[in-house]
Amino acid sequence: MPEEVMSLGSPAGQFNEELLIRRIRDGEHDLFYELIRPYERRVYSAALAILRNEADAEDAAQEAVLKAYKHIRQFRAEARFSTWLIQIAVNEARMRKRKEHAHMIEPLADHQDEEGNYTPRDFADWREIPIETLERKEVRQMLAEALASLGEKYREVFVLRDVQHLSIEETAKALRISTASVKTRLLRARLMLRDLLAPGLGGSWTSKLSFAKGTKPW
Amino acid sequence: MVVNCEHVWREISNYLEGDIEPNLRAAIEEHFRGCKHCTAVLDGTRNVIQLYGDERMVEVPLGFSHRLHRRLEENMASGRRSFLGWMVAAAAAILVAGGFEMGRSSVFSHPELRSEHAQPGSGVPPNMMVVVSEEGKTFHVPGCPFIHDKARLRTIAAREAIREGYAPCVRCMRKYLSASLISPSASADSEAQVSGSGNPNLRIKRG
Repeated sequence: MPEEVMSLGSPAGQFNEELLIRRIRDGEHDLFYELIRPYERRVYSAALAILRNEADAEDAAQEAVLKAYKHIRQFRAEARFSTWLIQIAVNEARMRKRKEHAHMIEPLADHQDEEGNYTPRDFADWREIPIETLERKEVRQMLAEALASLGEKYREVFVLRDVQHLSIEETAKALRISTASVKTRLLRARLMLRDLLAPGLGGSWTSKLSFAKGTKPW
Repeated sequence: MVVNCEHVWREISNYLEGDIEPNLRAAIEEHFRGCKHCTAVLDGTRNVIQLYGDERMVEVPLGFSHRLHRRLEENMASGRRSFLGWMVAAAAAILVAGGFEMGRSSVFSHPELRSEHAQPGSGVPPNMMVVVSEEGKTFHVPGCPFIHDKARLRTIAAREAIREGYAPCVRCMRKYLSASLISPSASADSEAQVSGSGNPNLRIKRG
């Protein structure tokens, strides 16, 4: 077996993307499955951040992966493959949104002045929470609902940076905005989510969702 | 350096990212020690980042990966098929164009084709019903996905289509094109056409 193949399957998991991409370009098309496997969820979540609908997001994610396969020769090694792939997913989702939801009005938050200061609405004491609460489906659902309620430009930055852990620069590149805009939107997204989630406000935890008043989900 | 609450809120994200000057960091930390509100905002923002950063927050629909791979597989397969189809079509084009060129110079003649890339549909059953569009250059099996201008279709017999200069679609009519290349009678016809004609490089040999 050639050394290259051995290294791909090694326990150390040294997943040499450059090598994989080269081999795919040279005709080993089936290796594309290996290349995208680690990023499938991220492609989907990027699409969902924009489209907010599972079926549409899945369709856009599939289309994005097919486009990445088709245009693999256009990938330039100076970017990370994951950033390039997510950029394709973002473009695909944005295109669909423009096409299918052109008549819809954007959430109010999108029209806010992102440069202006954001004042927290609530100062409830929200200290450490056990991360195990995420095992509970209703908690994940609440977080997803809070995220979905943000305006698109905040949601997409937050998802790429805080959910997918892209760097500020990669987020800027994937969304084709400046790093300064990423930072501004990220700040606002985080503070808005804190306001939505911090117990005590009568926000999504207690009013919109099915918890008894005053009962924290953890 | 002294900072107020608004200044802290403005910098809280950078503070959590570690993207902040040391003296500003020190000032903000000093502020936290005396401000309950800003401490609450800090704790809450940190919780937000921690909760959403957990991999359990990225849930995909059941069967997502399977469906994605299946679609990719179909795409790869169709890519291979179209490559093969292209090869068959190219071979057919060379052979048929050869026959066509030679046929023109002998006793047979084909109608003028609508496209210079098209090939006459000699292997297609003449009575078979096919569809053509006004703007198109090829005729198709009804329902072929490669039909252009679906709004203005006509259904006619293949011989009519050929007479009007339409060529067979290399995808939906592939089996007839292939058959015309391997059929002994087709070869015999070709040879009959070839006999005594022009370019020897295009001559079809019988085994």
